[in-house]
Amino acid sequence: MSDLRELYQQLILDHNRSPKNFRTLEEPTGHADGHNPLCGDRVTVYVRLEGDLVADVSFLGEGCAISKASASLMTQALKGKTLAQAQDLLAKFVAMVTTDAPPDEALGKLAVFKGVCEFPMRVKCATLAWHTLEAALKP
Amino acid sequence: MGHTAAALAFDVERVRADFPILSRQILCKRLVYLDNAASAQKPQAVLDAVRHFYAEESSNVHRGVHYLSTVATKAYEGARDRIREWIGARDRGEVVFTRGTTESINLVAQSFLRPRVREGDEVLTTHMEHHSNIVPWQILAEQTGCRLVVAPIDDRGELQRDEFERRITARTRLVSVVHVSNALGTVNPVREICAAARARGIPVLIDGAQAMPHQRVDVGALGCDFYAFSGHKLYGPTGIGVLYGRRELLDAMPPWQGGGDMISNVTFEKTTWNELPYKFEAGTPHVAGAIGLGAAVDYLRALDLGAAAEHEADVLAYATARLAEVKGLRLIGTAREKIGVVSFVLEGVHPHDIGTILDQEGIAIRVGHHCAQPVMQRFKVPATARASFAFYNTREEVDALVHGLARVRELFPQ
Repeated sequence: MSDLRELYQQLILDHNRSPKNFRTLEEPTGHADGHNPLCGDRVTVYVRLEGDLVADVSFLGEGCAISKASASLMTQALKGKTLAQAQDLLAKFVAMVTTDAPPDEALGKLAVFKGVCEFPMRVKCATLAWHTLEAALKP
Repeated sequence: MGHTAAALAFDVERVRADFPILSRQILCKRLVYLDNAASAQKPQAVLDAVRHFYAEESSNVHRGVHYLSTVATKAYEGARDRIREWIGARDRGEVVFTRGTTESINLVAQSFLRPRVREGDEVLTTHMEHHSNIVPWQILAEQTGCRLVVAPIDDRGELQRDEFERRITARTRLVSVVHVSNALGTVNPVREICAAARARGIPVLIDGAQAMPHQRVDVGALGCDFYAFSGHKLYGPTGIGVLYGRRELLDAMPPWQGGGDMISNVTFEKTTWNELPYKFEAGTPHVAGAIGLGAAVDYLRALDLGAAAEHEADVLAYATARLAEVKGLRLIGTAREKIGVVSFVLEGVHPHDIGTILDQEGIAIRVGHHCAQPVMQRFKVPATARASFAFYNTREEVDALVHGLARVRELFPQ
């Protein structure tokens, strides 16, 4: 059970149960749909940029605990960040779940997803919202 | 629920000993393999046959005059003969080796149906098909303007027979139906479907991928025109499968791939096709795969398949009853006639999480849409968890599954 607790940390289970920013945005400057055909997970990410700042970000969709919690914590982490900071977090998050390297300090609470790297089949679940965000940020 | 006499007569532990992988451990736990509908395990006899071919007989078939080629050809064609006999085909020319069910269906779509359909013609199928019996027809529709017509299923996951027959029209050029649904376990009344179509002169293709591992199928008795199945679900190797087709139809079909071995004479002006079944086997075939599949059929022949099927039905009934006791669990697919599959969703837990947690217990199940997204849409679920059985599974393994689901609840309390 220890490996499973590594993966399903309490913070992840909490965000799965009560996801934050689980809504649409009025007048988003960008949005994108993400789909993991392997398991049927779907997510839509909405962003509203004000100049260079991520003023608001939200998501809707359905998926496993990992993908839902990842989307939820992502929206919390991104609010108020600059575009460059958001891109940097995305790169660091993907690196965290795909390599053995310890999580970068900038990831903060997102470090709870470090356990995912032990479950290669679940990496796509954890990164789905992030890759969808990348598409939503494209002009 | 008591064990039936036949189930007791079937010595499941002796059968399990024939499958080496079943005694291995996963994460220090005994493997509980409940993903047989995705791919079944292989008995030692199949492993031996494949190894023997590569160690003692490896060479190309139909080409060499040397000793090894003669032996390999004999083994390859011998496998075809034993498969022909097993499925009740009339002659060996009706048994075409393919890569699997998917390739078999694509072959029928492109070689049989494509020259025969015009815009507005129809292919009739059901709502419970695997993508392999949907997408080839959609490709054909793009190419020709024909239409895919879908007969609905009810809330149990059974084909609605009256709706199905209503959809057989003057434009129907082929009926293509799954024998046993991979996502629901529903057994379709294929004999009646064949009779209804044949009465109107419409050919029928049956996708037998999930039916063959559980019973002996006689294509003549079914009355179908084509029957497709895969080796790896039939306890044989991956990458090999079969298309059975009635000789009259296969004879009239053009080849679908060109290359070596499928020709009788080649000049740059004109090429003539080889006889059946070689017309459809361009290039060097999967010789080892065919030999392994032949060994799998030999294994099934030696088994008391009737007793094996009763044992398996007992395990399925036991699983259905035990899972029904799990709080918040909903079975997807409750047809009156089912084989080998329990699909379910658990309230508040995504199937993907169920799969990962069970995996830590050494239990292998499939989670996702099972390459049958229209079935998921029909039951309004994004995905299901699916345990699928072979004759070597046991009630104890069902208990392990139920125990594993209790671990799932520990992490995801209701």
